[in-house]
Amino acid sequence: MKLFSSIGAYLLMMKGMFTKPENFKMYWKELMHQSVEIGIGSLGIVAVISVFMGAVSAVQTAYQLTSPILPKETISQIVRDTVILEFAPTLVCIVLAGVVGSKIAGELGNMRVSEQIDALEIMGINTKSYLIAPKILGALITIPLLVILAMVLGIWGGRLAGSLGGILSADTYDRGLLENFVPKNVWFALVKAYTFAFIISSVSSFYGYNVKGGALEIGRASTIAVITSCILILFADYLLAFFIL
Amino acid sequence: MIEIKNVSKSFDDKEILKNISAVMETGKTNLIIGTSGSGKTVLQKCMVGLFEVDSGDIIFDGKDLTTMSEEDRKELRQQIGMLFQGSALFDSMTVEQNVKFPLDMFTKWNHQKKMDRVNDVLERVELKGTNKKYPAEISGGMKKRVGIARAIVLKPKYLFCDEPNSGLDPQTSMVIDKLIHEITKENNMTTVINTHDMNSVMEIGENILYLYQGKKEWEGNNKEIIFNKSARLNEFIFASEFLKDAKDMRMLEEKGIIDNDRNMEQIMRDGGSNLVIGDEDRKE
Repeated sequence: MKLFSSIGAYLLMMKGMFTKPENFKMYWKELMHQSVEIGIGSLGIVAVISVFMGAVSAVQTAYQLTSPILPKETISQIVRDTVILEFAPTLVCIVLAGVVGSKIAGELGNMRVSEQIDALEIMGINTKSYLIAPKILGALITIPLLVILAMVLGIWGGRLAGSLGGILSADTYDRGLLENFVPKNVWFALVKAYTFAFIISSVSSFYGYNVKGGALEIGRASTIAVITSCILILFADYLLAFFIL
Repeated sequence: MIEIKNVSKSFDDKEILKNISAVMETGKTNLIIGTSGSGKTVLQKCMVGLFEVDSGDIIFDGKDLTTMSEEDRKELRQQIGMLFQGSALFDSMTVEQNVKFPLDMFTKWNHQKKMDRVNDVLERVELKGTNKKYPAEISGGMKKRVGIARAIVLKPKYLFCDEPNSGLDPQTSMVIDKLIHEITKENNMTTVINTHDMNSVMEIGENILYLYQGKKEWEGNNKEIIFNKSARLNEFIFASEFLKDAKDMRMLEEKGIIDNDRNMEQIMRDGGSNLVIGDEDRKE
């Protein structure tokens, strides 16, 4: 029963965002602020994770491909497809659910508990559209860009690990990257990125916006937001793979 | 003027406000007093539209908030300023940005005009020179003043203050009370203050509504309150720090409510419940 009422409240929150902005310039400013917070704020962690996931992927693929019949180029093809199809969109978004999701839930939760949201409401501002919509739009703008960056850095990380570890030369790696490339995979990864970006930002906003209580509840809301986002990301990942691939 | 007509409000099965009617007068500091849990905050939140009433009307100068469209409500809210218990300043903004925020959102003024207005209100609340400080860098009393500055920057017709003295020392509380009272007079606003501070009641209570367990128990002003005949209100008054203040005791003595023969320690021990103020207690 609680699940249905939560879904209902979530849908009502989403519906409540669609109103005419009181001042478009202020909303634009908030959107830019959130885009910087989410995008630039997560750049470092995404870069580090991406390079290492590509590197590990290359090393482990080489370890498993022991057959001399298989050409070395296969390693870079596997790294490329794994990074594009799964690691860059899903793994990075799982990490972003922790980084961005807890930040959004914590920020909104603190604003709720300290009556800052009430203060905005009293001023006549639609807090759903002023506080939540820029976060969702900011995430929809920046997270797919971060995923694209993760793809590039992940593939580059594999190349680096391959050449530094003497697994395969950079030339062989590059040659493998160009073989059997399926552009649809990039498109599929972007569909996943947009879906996950929406899940992370909207679910975290929902839990943060509806915090009741004090500091303890803010922490609890952040944790629930991250857990729920991760579960929904994995669930959506399966559904998208099932229906699109 | 704000008229409250037969307002009731429940949460789940618990009735918080029971058929309350009152009038908040323009140009006066209207106080809603009562113990914790008496329904003061819920009533104020109903008045500003943060909570929907179950029944009754809340009429702002002839316009009923409870039946207004969302657009009209938005418009009305731009005429409302509110000071929150915890000040509710935006943490990520400086004092100046906090005060300027309503101007940025609701006016098309140029930057200079906005800054002039911000500096004017900051000067009015005696906070000149704090423009660039963040809320975390200023004291509780200063935060309240910034809250007041933000609440009045759009020159609202109605000012709501929820426990403006909570967490403040008596001296700062008095300064905040005085400031709210002066601003009310200067701008001819309808000011509604939630408080349980008896010093505030005596200092600025021009129109007082006493709530007891969600019901209106008494209404009057600070001149009448000490002559009231409500045992519950007397219990509330004399349970507070009020009587510990020598000045107030002197005032009560001067007004003939008490005399030196009366055992004050006994009165305070009993929470004032035995202090039924009637004609026989007055020394004219």
